[in-house]
Amino acid sequence: MTLQDLTQAMGKPTFQRKAEVIGIGREGELLEVAMGPQHPSTHGVFRMDVVLDGETIVKLKPVFGYLHRNHEKIAENTSYLASMPYTDRLDYFCSLTNNWAYALSVEKLAGLQVPERAEYIRLITAELTRLLNHTCLAGFLLQDMGALGTPLMYAFREREKILDLIESLTGARMMCNYMRFGGCRCDLPPGWVDAAKKVVAEYSKFLDEFETLLSGNEILMARTQGVGKLSAELAVSAGVTGPMLRASGVDYDLRKVDAYGIYARYPFRIPLGTHGDVYDRYMVRMLEMRESLKILEPALKDIPEGPVVDPKAKLRGFRPKPGEAYGRIEGPKGELGFYLISDGSPNPYRYRVRPPSLINLTVLEDMCLGQTVADAIVSLGSVDIVLGEVDR
Amino acid sequence: MAMETLEQIKARVEAAVPGAQLTLVKNDSPSAQHSLLVSVEHAFAVAKFLRDDPQLRLDYCSNVTGVDFLDAELSEKVKVKKVVDGVEKEVEEVKKTKRAGYLEVVYHLYSMALKHGPVILRQRISGRSDPVTVTSLTPLWRSAEFQEREVFDLYGILFDGHPDLRRLLMWDGFKDYPMRKDYVEPDDYEYEPTAHDEVLEKAKAHMPKHEVKA
Repeated sequence: MTLQDLTQAMGKPTFQRKAEVIGIGREGELLEVAMGPQHPSTHGVFRMDVVLDGETIVKLKPVFGYLHRNHEKIAENTSYLASMPYTDRLDYFCSLTNNWAYALSVEKLAGLQVPERAEYIRLITAELTRLLNHTCLAGFLLQDMGALGTPLMYAFREREKILDLIESLTGARMMCNYMRFGGCRCDLPPGWVDAAKKVVAEYSKFLDEFETLLSGNEILMARTQGVGKLSAELAVSAGVTGPMLRASGVDYDLRKVDAYGIYARYPFRIPLGTHGDVYDRYMVRMLEMRESLKILEPALKDIPEGPVVDPKAKLRGFRPKPGEAYGRIEGPKGELGFYLISDGSPNPYRYRVRPPSLINLTVLEDMCLGQTVADAIVSLGSVDIVLGEVDR
Repeated sequence: MAMETLEQIKARVEAAVPGAQLTLVKNDSPSAQHSLLVSVEHAFAVAKFLRDDPQLRLDYCSNVTGVDFLDAELSEKVKVKKVVDGVEKEVEEVKKTKRAGYLEVVYHLYSMALKHGPVILRQRISGRSDPVTVTSLTPLWRSAEFQEREVFDLYGILFDGHPDLRRLLMWDGFKDYPMRKDYVEPDDYEYEPTAHDEVLEKAKAHMPKHEVKA
């Protein structure tokens, strides 16, 4: 007996029968589950209070604050420069872009200029940071889906090569504290540019390998395509930024829009998704890495000689004139902004971080409703959160 | 694409929204990001105009935050003409004015469609010691949802019209507002093995003077 015969015999159209089988619309008891804060898929201490009907999510409320230390209050009670090492701890994967965002905002507030060589170093280190963030995110996403080990280890192997570069430049793998108002802390060590060129040249080979392993993988596609969909209108309204916004098809990249630093000098394309699902978010990041390589290759050739910090920029006794400034950059996770108000004293009167990963979580519930718990974990993984930044 | 000047925006908003009075807040820093001060009653209508106007289309609310200004005595040097010993002279005097404290909520608006911005919108409420309420803009921009919750959590500002106003970062039983400038840190008296009179008396310093319920 075919399915059609069966449904005819039962006197009901197919879709109704299907709905009954999977239990949608059936009166049943709802189950409340607290996923986290110790759940391995929450990338730290983050909790989702989920209400389930069977395995279908009917309500999801994210709960924050487990890592809250009031970064903003601490920064308001210390000098401008003393907050620089603390910005490393926001998104501890991408401390160099955090440094840049803060330095950029203070430079806007105080009207400082950045020397040419420092602009190049900033661009190069920021793009390297983007590479390592996106690589690791792909690894974590696969880990969340149950591909234990291999993809993450491949990602970490490559990340270590970039971290070696960053360590030889700044002295630290992750807590770099590298940028200063009006430039960078120190010049490139001898041989650094050649080592970076080598890493960049080999990176596209790694990406080919990584994509051969993952992008066409049947299980990956089955787990991610059509999962965690986000429409372009909702993404814009909810202030979603970064690869997640572009995966929903909205062309908005601050490297093009604001053209801060020297991004206007290098042509690169902005990959856009069409479906706004998890697979598109994964794919947009993969393509973004290839575009980053296109920026890095010429930038490493063009880097000029010269000072790395504006000699007029003061480290001690730095007191910007009263006023305010909002500076923002395209971090690997989205728009990272710093809003500063100065009252003429050595400490900022108001210091605010606009955390992209917190604001990207606004739509988590919308993405997960009507899907299963297993899909919620994949959706959360594709948002790319770091709790140091979410909770501040 | 160049955006209109803030003066032009102000004039158009005042023409479009009946009764709305905007004030231009100057910013003297090199960033030159001036802002528009809007009254709490008209904030929603003004914000809606800014979002829907075809020339502006500020569809993206990037940053929402609070700022706390305490009561302050501002001193200003003024040159005054005075008659000293029968001769008119110009004398410098320090003029002191008292400024009552106030709380502010600042919105940074951009346009993703037209790729311009920012337009900075501020709501200001005086009377820091009373429960203060501003208009929530979450119905217009979802991105304000968590950020307004954070401002409520850390500054104790209520948002009228917010769908889900709860604490975001501090725990639910927490009573004070840590980002306020007059916040007193707890003394960790709970860790005192036998919290006694003196310690308990000291702990009272950080008890809230008033309580705001969402």
